[in-house]
Amino acid sequence: MSHSVLTLDTRTKADPRYGFFTDTSICIGCKACEVACKEWNQVPEDMQGFTGKSYDNTQALGANTWRHVAFVEQRVPVGQEAAAEDLVQAAERANASDGWGLDTYQDGEGIRWLMASDVCKHCTTAACLDVCPTGALFRTEYGTVVVQEDICNGCGYCVPACPFGVIDRREGDGRVWKCTLCYDRLKDDMEPACAHACPTKSIQFGELSELRERAEKRVEKLTAAGHTDARLYGADPDDGVDGFGAFFLLLDEPEVYGLPPDPVAPTHNVGQVWAGVFAGAAALGAGIAAAVLGGRR
Amino acid sequence: MGSNMAECHPVGFQWVLEAKERGAKVIHIDPRFTRTSAMADLHVPIRVGTDIAFLGGVINYILENGREFREYVKEYTNARAIIKEEFLDTEDLDGFFSGFDEEGGVYDISSWGYEGTDEETAGGKEKQDAAVSGEQAHGAHGIELKRGKLPKEDPDLEHPRCVFQILKKHFRRYTPDVVEQICGIPRETFLRVAEALCDASGREKTSAFVYSVGWTQHTVGVQYIRSAAIIQLLLGNMGRPGGGIVALRGHANIQGSTDIPTLFNILPSYIPMPHPQKDPTLEKFIELNGPSTGAWGELSSYMTSLLKSWWGSAAHEGNDFCFNYLPKINGDHSNYATMLRMLDGQMKGFFVVGENPAVGSANGKLQRLAMAKLDWLVVRDTNMIETATFWKDSQEIETGELVTEEIGTEVFFLPAAAHTEKDGTFTNTQRLLQWHHKAVEPPEDCRSELHFFHELGKKIRQKLADSQDERDRPVLDLTWDYPTVGRHQEPDAESVLQEINGRKVETGEFISTYEELEDDGSTTCGSWLHAGIYADGVNQTARKKPGMDQNWVAPEWAWSWPKNIRTLYNRASADPDGKPWSERKKLVWWDEEKGEWTGEDTPDFTVDKAPDYKPPRNASGTAALTGREPFVVHPDGLGWLFVPAGLEDGPLPVHYEPHETPFENPLYSQQQNPLRQRFDREENLYNPVESDVFPFALTSYRLTEHHTAGGMSRTVKYLSELQPELFCEVSPELAGERGLQHGDWCTVVTMRTAVEARVMVTDRMKPLEVQGRTIHQVGLPYHWGQRGHVTGDTVNDLFSLVLDPNVHIQEVKAATCDVVPGRRPRGKALLAFVDEYRAKATGHRPQATAS
Amino acid sequence: MTREAVPAERVREQSMVPYGGPQSYYGQPVLKEPVWTPEVPLYFYTGGLGGASAGLALMAELTGNHKLARRAWLNALAGVSVSPVLLISDLGKPSRFLNMLRLFKVTSPMSVGSWILAASGTATAAAVGSELTGMFPSAGRAAKVASALLGMPLATYTAGLVANTSIPAWHDARLTLPFVFAGSSAASAGAAAVITTPAKQAGAARRLAAGGALVSVAAALGMEKSLGELGEPYRKGLPGKLSRVAGALNLAGGALIATRARHSRPAALAGGAILTAGVIAERWAVFRAGFMSASDPKYTVGPQRARIERRRASS
Repeated sequence: MSHSVLTLDTRTKADPRYGFFTDTSICIGCKACEVACKEWNQVPEDMQGFTGKSYDNTQALGANTWRHVAFVEQRVPVGQEAAAEDLVQAAERANASDGWGLDTYQDGEGIRWLMASDVCKHCTTAACLDVCPTGALFRTEYGTVVVQEDICNGCGYCVPACPFGVIDRREGDGRVWKCTLCYDRLKDDMEPACAHACPTKSIQFGELSELRERAEKRVEKLTAAGHTDARLYGADPDDGVDGFGAFFLLLDEPEVYGLPPDPVAPTHNVGQVWAGVFAGAAALGAGIAAAVLGGRR
Repeated sequence: MGSNMAECHPVGFQWVLEAKERGAKVIHIDPRFTRTSAMADLHVPIRVGTDIAFLGGVINYILENGREFREYVKEYTNARAIIKEEFLDTEDLDGFFSGFDEEGGVYDISSWGYEGTDEETAGGKEKQDAAVSGEQAHGAHGIELKRGKLPKEDPDLEHPRCVFQILKKHFRRYTPDVVEQICGIPRETFLRVAEALCDASGREKTSAFVYSVGWTQHTVGVQYIRSAAIIQLLLGNMGRPGGGIVALRGHANIQGSTDIPTLFNILPSYIPMPHPQKDPTLEKFIELNGPSTGAWGELSSYMTSLLKSWWGSAAHEGNDFCFNYLPKINGDHSNYATMLRMLDGQMKGFFVVGENPAVGSANGKLQRLAMAKLDWLVVRDTNMIETATFWKDSQEIETGELVTEEIGTEVFFLPAAAHTEKDGTFTNTQRLLQWHHKAVEPPEDCRSELHFFHELGKKIRQKLADSQDERDRPVLDLTWDYPTVGRHQEPDAESVLQEINGRKVETGEFISTYEELEDDGSTTCGSWLHAGIYADGVNQTARKKPGMDQNWVAPEWAWSWPKNIRTLYNRASADPDGKPWSERKKLVWWDEEKGEWTGEDTPDFTVDKAPDYKPPRNASGTAALTGREPFVVHPDGLGWLFVPAGLEDGPLPVHYEPHETPFENPLYSQQQNPLRQRFDREENLYNPVESDVFPFALTSYRLTEHHTAGGMSRTVKYLSELQPELFCEVSPELAGERGLQHGDWCTVVTMRTAVEARVMVTDRMKPLEVQGRTIHQVGLPYHWGQRGHVTGDTVNDLFSLVLDPNVHIQEVKAATCDVVPGRRPRGKALLAFVDEYRAKATGHRPQATAS
Repeated sequence: MTREAVPAERVREQSMVPYGGPQSYYGQPVLKEPVWTPEVPLYFYTGGLGGASAGLALMAELTGNHKLARRAWLNALAGVSVSPVLLISDLGKPSRFLNMLRLFKVTSPMSVGSWILAASGTATAAAVGSELTGMFPSAGRAAKVASALLGMPLATYTAGLVANTSIPAWHDARLTLPFVFAGSSAASAGAAAVITTPAKQAGAARRLAAGGALVSVAAALGMEKSLGELGEPYRKGLPGKLSRVAGALNLAGGALIATRARHSRPAALAGGAILTAGVIAERWAVFRAGFMSASDPKYTVGPQRARIERRRASS
């Protein structure tokens, strides 16, 4: 990802840096993460009612939901992942998993139920932080991104800046709120509430470099076992936000889970933005001059 | 099977995933594709109520293909036992066993016994029926065997009346085609499961079954578990690491409340409650209820120690240790039988503690109508539950069947302390007791159960203090001197635990194991299986040594009964000579040098009993068992493939259809469990079998987000928002057939009532092909009631009272229903709506419903 | 029940738990819509009016047109006075508005813009103060220059503000939107000056108004074209309507001013009013287009997926 001339390098330099690896292949959709987060952080309730969107009645991250479990029901042919290439590969996969498909129904079509716990990505280049005019959003010593609620004046700029649609303003409160990666718990050498509550360790907290290594191995293991759909999302330090502080292992394309497939922090183009602004300003100046001077002939 | 572990036991389920990571295969057999299925290697949809057919098919597969673990079966099970000549199987009697008394509707089980045992089996019980009392009543723990030996046996398992051959004959008709016909599971899929199970069992590998209320809540619930027990014994999976049968309980401490019981017919540690006798003595009680061999051979020590614990110095040899202070059971006083008596106006008062029968019990209307007949009702709970407010906001108030001003029940609500506000233990499915420490004081008037019952006892004793009446002695002579702490005078929970553990009376020393208990009054023990829980004066349940600092069994984390044994019957993990079946699956083994059993787990065996031990002539208790008999609670020390005594409805499981079913039973003329308890009365009308009016199979289930009857989850905003509304899961095929719209409303109807729910159309519900036609299954989660942050109709109102005969549990996992689009009528119109259905289903108009 | 059964496949298409399609999660947005209220597009107008008017005022003064200059200065002051009120009112916690000046962050057009507005407001107030009272003439002259210079970026930085978000209809227009705003600002200043200045001295204002209107419309069209599919929000629904109305009003107002305002006071007033309405409509169209662009996931997912495919194809 090229940086234009005027881009400041706002990537976090925290070392060691901490974050999440959310391995959605072992998420059982229990939502303990949602509840633990709300309990610890005293996040207000966020009743949406029955949505009919499988078991997801939470729908999205926002000011009052900092962990959100997504549910996607899919029909898949047995023994194959969603993106099978050719017969040879399909056969290899079938052998690798010793004939065990994901699920079997009578007519040979299986059901897959994807479950994934979404969270703020605590981006390496965090658009929310980069646009915050008050400095309420700041980078902690752990490399995470946190809102200082005693400074935020609710200008709302971070809300459309976030490429993932995470941060939002809280109704009746005026300020923006999002996952703090349990900053207060980290200060006391405790892991975040969601990681602590997750019964299957789908949510893993730790040093980011170590998590990335672990995640690579995990994808290798899954792929070898026939789950060729497994991939990491956000582990690449060359992606559009220079890598996520909270990255994921997904079993399908990101957009299936409601995530942008190729997110880019607008900060990467801020040079162009300013170039445009000043070109426009110059044009305005020239236009005014022309208008005033143009009548003297 | 019969379990949705990922959703209902998510924390425990992490270990299933851990096993999967290490190569284990997870198979989920369930009518619905749930969050458990999503993590399984294979999901097999099954018709509700047909698990015995499936398991029977597995048993048949094992036997027909010689997949049993032969040596294990020969040595450790009663496969070689020869059964009486008079015994006749369901094969001979078209769905019945020998001994069925048409009139009484019960079995005379004497023909089921081992050949060579006399008429008096089961400690004097000929008739198996909970309603029966006296000498005829239930003895729990088995048969009298001379010297713990099988009177007649065939070690080669070929005698036509040996258990092994009876088993073969009994299950021969449970073929893969039959499984397909009954369960709706294609034979290839069934064979795949059976093969996988067999491949993963034996010397080098073990398999485990996991079940929960999906298995127990049937009219053949106990026989479901029996089927799994037979499979696991045949495959040699019992008593071995990674094997066994994991019975997941319905909430955090059901195991604890069964062990120190809240059931009417057992005393702590499964000692049977006494029934009235002609000459009631402790000795007679022991004779009637205990075999003299096996661990139950020491019943007199356990019983005496319990009596001494309760009545202290008032209990001595002279007065039979106050045996006659115990109430005697003179009939069926189980939960539902009691509620029916209540409905008939025979009960004055009712304590409801930590339960919500208005939502959680089957046939909710019947429960609420019954409570309206009480003089008084006491409800203790952390939240104001539907049971406490039925008199003003129940469904019957809406329909007019109850009128608040006319309900004479005086209702008291006493707020209860939450688990974080009191000390105590939780007992989980592994029989593991873990202590929880009080973290904060309960607010305001909230008090713990311990406090409540302690105070109640104190007050009653105060009122009776000057009484000269003999019948008040049992209350006044109780040891009721628990130390109290804090400003609320909370009884010290550890002192109760100490009492449960037991002491030597003279020295006050703590008992270390139940083997130290005596029947001469020199020991006390509140619960023999828990003896040792406070050994050495240490609260063993509060131990928290991290697992990684111990071996993989981690015996120093908390404490399990009995004797901190983590895997029961673990003697069976070693071969008859005491050597593990395989190095890979070693658990306990015989150390010849030291002359003792040792290993990773506490041996579930007399520690110095050599494998070649032969019992002396007059041995009793466990000393009467040889060194190669691991199932020490049985009088013969063997795992029972065939149950000669102890069950109401058969020594072997039989596929019977559920009480409400869309199908005929193709295996026998006897369609359903002949012993099932049914209550034919107008408040409990049943759907006719194979009815066009109720053509769909109905089941109920749980969600992760809510907890049982909702008292602890619908009152919590964070949980309520996760699953705010009652919904009904249906297949696209069923939705198309009935015009159901996803996200819209539907009404589910049975003979009892109709409830409304949001429609969730999903491929996770799959129609099945059974007996040549398509059957649709409908599922609803049962958590909703009319109180709390989120409300909804009560699903248990749909189900009838029809019970398993052994344990009186309700059948709410398999029934029938109709589903129609739209919301249900309200008020009197609801009654009319249901009446229409009843008329259609039965062909005649029932009496006008009471207004 | 005599109703005919609906085949399961049709039920699957119409009415069940939707399968996560290749494009979205139940059709839900990927991004969050802005939380901004209508004060914000109004501020685009007042900021543009304030900034461009300052430029017009300074140029008028330098060419000796003091009548136009004074009116333009007053328009500039009006613009930069109302602007902070609008912005503060839009804040979630208005009492904390001063926190905008806690730091100066170049990655945040809102941060830089707050400073520009503060400085420009101060300079303009000083300029007008000196203009009206005649006191501190040299300081006043300096203030005027500062006000005019700051006025240029004041008028266009708001385009950068919205472009520096993830919303595709804004972000992908980052090089074109500033010219739309520049044109609109010029038109705003011109129209206001045409209304308040006597026709004889308002020539520059008329030229500015008409020129600005043309540039604004042309730039808007060009922006929309360059956005391709992502420009759809400027054509559909409410933003589409506003966009078309804005174009019409801008051209009508500009034409009226160019042809009739010189000789007809009513035409000047009408033209000025119509053009003002047009530029406000244009700002509002851009504002609402952002909401639409955020709320449909296809605008986010489609181009990103295409980008991934292109990368794969070229690797």
